[in-house]
Amino acid sequence: MLTLAHFLTLGAVLFSLSVAGIFINRKNIIILLMCIELMLLAVNMNFVAFSRFLGNLDGQIFVFFILTVAAAEAGIGLAILVVLFRNRQTINVAELDDLKG
Amino acid sequence: MIVQELIFYAFSLVMIFAAVAVITVRNPVYAVLFLVLAFFSAAGIWMLLEAEFLAIILIVVYVGAVMVLFLFVVMMLDINLVPLKEGFIRYLPVAVLVALAMAAELLMVLWSKGRFGAEMFPVPMPNPADYSNTRELGELLYTNYLLPFEIAGVVLLVAILAAVALTLRTRPGVRKQNPAEQVRARREESVRLVKMKPEKPNGA
Repeated sequence: MLTLAHFLTLGAVLFSLSVAGIFINRKNIIILLMCIELMLLAVNMNFVAFSRFLGNLDGQIFVFFILTVAAAEAGIGLAILVVLFRNRQTINVAELDDLKG
Repeated sequence: MIVQELIFYAFSLVMIFAAVAVITVRNPVYAVLFLVLAFFSAAGIWMLLEAEFLAIILIVVYVGAVMVLFLFVVMMLDINLVPLKEGFIRYLPVAVLVALAMAAELLMVLWSKGRFGAEMFPVPMPNPADYSNTRELGELLYTNYLLPFEIAGVVLLVAILAAVALTLRTRPGVRKQNPAEQVRARREESVRLVKMKPEKPNGA
């Protein structure tokens, strides 16, 4: 029988994986953005599961808004990335140290 | 019931495999494609949770638009991949440690004392056949959540403007039309009247 804990476990595993991804891909901004998308997906999974098991649709509305904000974030993030690459010819986080005193 | 469990475990395994692949593959293009796979599996699980509208939205809007945008950008940038993989081995133990600690803590909370088990959250009955998830969501969205819905629209508008404003550039030496200047053109700027004496055509 599928209980709420099953779905929350899936979300937890997914979230932990994306945290690990942020650690091991700390040079590549594109993969970092993708890890953030994965994190948001894990959170959305929890929202949908709670919405189903509590019999309340408000959770799904929240997922709707999270998806909206995530799309906006991805759009602006990738635009910044394109401008960054145009100006610096690199997306390596280690080389972006202009603000270091 | 057993079919649902099989579906859940199949989609979960595919999803976790895809997530592991996203964070470990060398080529960002493959990472995006595995991310698409993860989103597809998530949509399957949301179908299982009877969130049909969101499952479709996840595929149509998220995979169809946001992931394709990712793919565009990844393919547009000519990235030297070698320096980006530096430190992969070095940070791997820390990453595994942090992820395992976090997962262990979360799972301890989730599974201890049956907090989220079948007793506390009884499994709901499947919705009747004439139940429309989309209609219910729409009713909620256009009544209780009307203001947040409109703000979400403004957020998207700002995102469009920001993306265009950030990436817009004017290259020197490109000829283009300036409609304002064209409309403002006056007769005196282009027509010059010359007074001259009449001349005989040659050979007449």
